[in-house]
Amino acid sequence: MRIKTATGDRIFGIVNGTFFCILALLCLLPLVNVLAVSFSSSTAASAGIVTLWPVNFTLKSYQYAIAKPEFVRSFTVSVVRLLLGVGINMVLTIVCAYPLSKDRKAFGARGFYVWFFFITMIFSGGLIPWYMTIQTLGLGNSIWALILPGAVPVFNVILLLNFYRSLPVQLEESAYMDGAGAWQALWKIVVPLSTPALATIALFSAVGHWNSWFDGLVLMSDPKNYPLQSYLQTVVVSRDMTLYQHATKEQLEMLQSVSDRTTKAAQIFIATLPILLAYPFLQRYFVKGLTLGGVKG
Amino acid sequence: MRQSLKRQVPYHLMLLPGVVILLIFSYGPMVGMVMAFQKFNPVLGFFRSPWVGFDNFVYVSLLPDTLQVLWNTVFIAFWKIVIGFGFPIVVALFMNELQNMAFKRTVQTIVYLPHFLSWVILGGIMIDILSPSTGIVNTAMKAVGMKPVFFLALPDVFPWTLIVSDVWKEFGFTTVIYLAALTGIDPALYEAAKIDGAGRWRCMLNVTLPSILPTIVLMGVLSLGNVLNAGFEQVFNLYSPVVYSSGDILDTFVYRLGLLDAQYGVAAVVGLFKSAVSFVFIVVSYRLAYKLANYSIF
Repeated sequence: MRIKTATGDRIFGIVNGTFFCILALLCLLPLVNVLAVSFSSSTAASAGIVTLWPVNFTLKSYQYAIAKPEFVRSFTVSVVRLLLGVGINMVLTIVCAYPLSKDRKAFGARGFYVWFFFITMIFSGGLIPWYMTIQTLGLGNSIWALILPGAVPVFNVILLLNFYRSLPVQLEESAYMDGAGAWQALWKIVVPLSTPALATIALFSAVGHWNSWFDGLVLMSDPKNYPLQSYLQTVVVSRDMTLYQHATKEQLEMLQSVSDRTTKAAQIFIATLPILLAYPFLQRYFVKGLTLGGVKG
Repeated sequence: MRQSLKRQVPYHLMLLPGVVILLIFSYGPMVGMVMAFQKFNPVLGFFRSPWVGFDNFVYVSLLPDTLQVLWNTVFIAFWKIVIGFGFPIVVALFMNELQNMAFKRTVQTIVYLPHFLSWVILGGIMIDILSPSTGIVNTAMKAVGMKPVFFLALPDVFPWTLIVSDVWKEFGFTTVIYLAALTGIDPALYEAAKIDGAGRWRCMLNVTLPSILPTIVLMGVLSLGNVLNAGFEQVFNLYSPVVYSSGDILDTFVYRLGLLDAQYGVAAVVGLFKSAVSFVFIVVSYRLAYKLANYSIF
């Protein structure tokens, strides 16, 4: 009996292990393939013979991509956006979450503000009114159009206020006893105690800014102001729609496999690199972040 | 009393900048929805554009594409919700059975990587690997004697390309949420079950599953709010006119009507419909989440 279970266990273990090997490979191989293409010669790439290892290894595509002024410029826009955007997001998240973490006794108007914030999460004006609002304010084509509309990440505010609530109140109270005001209590006591939560939120916000592309695409009238992902959208993904209207299947195939395949792959990879570099941190803080706001009674 | 009210002044001040930002950029567009009743002209703005009553609504209801687009949206969103909900549960249950901790951690790390990449990046990758002539997927299919499939240009296949690739991008992330819930299980429960003669499957069904049930209910209920979210960023980066018949969704429809054809009022009607229906579903989902999982967001 016992031997039978042991064999069953072993078979289960092998099958299960194999399943997860395949699953992990399915997630990884597409990325590896494109990475291999980016390091291959363009003839090998257009012949479709590159699998998981570069064929005729070359750095040409990377040299070409980095030498493109548009690419460098949009990379700079992205970095500026990231620094400004994350900075502003963090300050606003920190100061908004603090009063909202108080109970009704300490802050009478809390209920009103909570609803004011919450409504923005469950209802939106939609794309066109959003676009028109930003244009009406004259923000079009300015970097502020990419930062101000999302300056208050309400979801992060909720994560952080739940974290604030888990802190021991005694520390704050003793600060008040010593004559500190709300601002001092926030910056001197609460913020230093919240560094893990703040790191999580900063990472979320950074990934969000780095990955945004649609706002840049529609709000920047001058492609010079495109952030990297918007620029990539126009060169890697977007295909000239007018060509498609009456295209035959063969023509379509042609369009999709044009020979700048390796350059596209290289650009895709450069844009992914920051995420990969941040990945160890993302991993570390990400599960923590999930449990920050977690299910509660 | 006076003292405590005075103490609340800084709280209002702290919220002020955030409130102003949200007033302008979240509540502003809500007011801007009035453009659905206007022949909107950007030069005249929200308040001086001519009012046209329900003309835009009538126009949208008469457009030949409207119903098809609505159907596409619901179809794609429905399957994304169902598969995107069920698959991670299975994965989490089986991942919990992996004995080798280093392997388990490696798998975890890999499967949620795609979640952190944008649909521009993943769209670029998909266009490359799914290409019928040079893509690795079709090369592999040809190698085993199958016919190449143009996943991004066949109207019958395209919605499933969207559904599968969306599940592919997000399942790892959702799985990790369940695994986080699993770490809280008391090992004594498993021991007790084993002493009672429960095998692996019984443990999985009677110990593991019930302990993540609250999270499962919560995730399921909250995903209800997405019935009209077929995934704008994904579709926008993968679709083309040849697959409009099955792949055009409300959001891309709004984008083309409004920002490409400059029919602002008409596009706003479609947006209004989407926001209103989504609002109802989201409110219901939060109510349910509160009732079933005792979840409240604030």
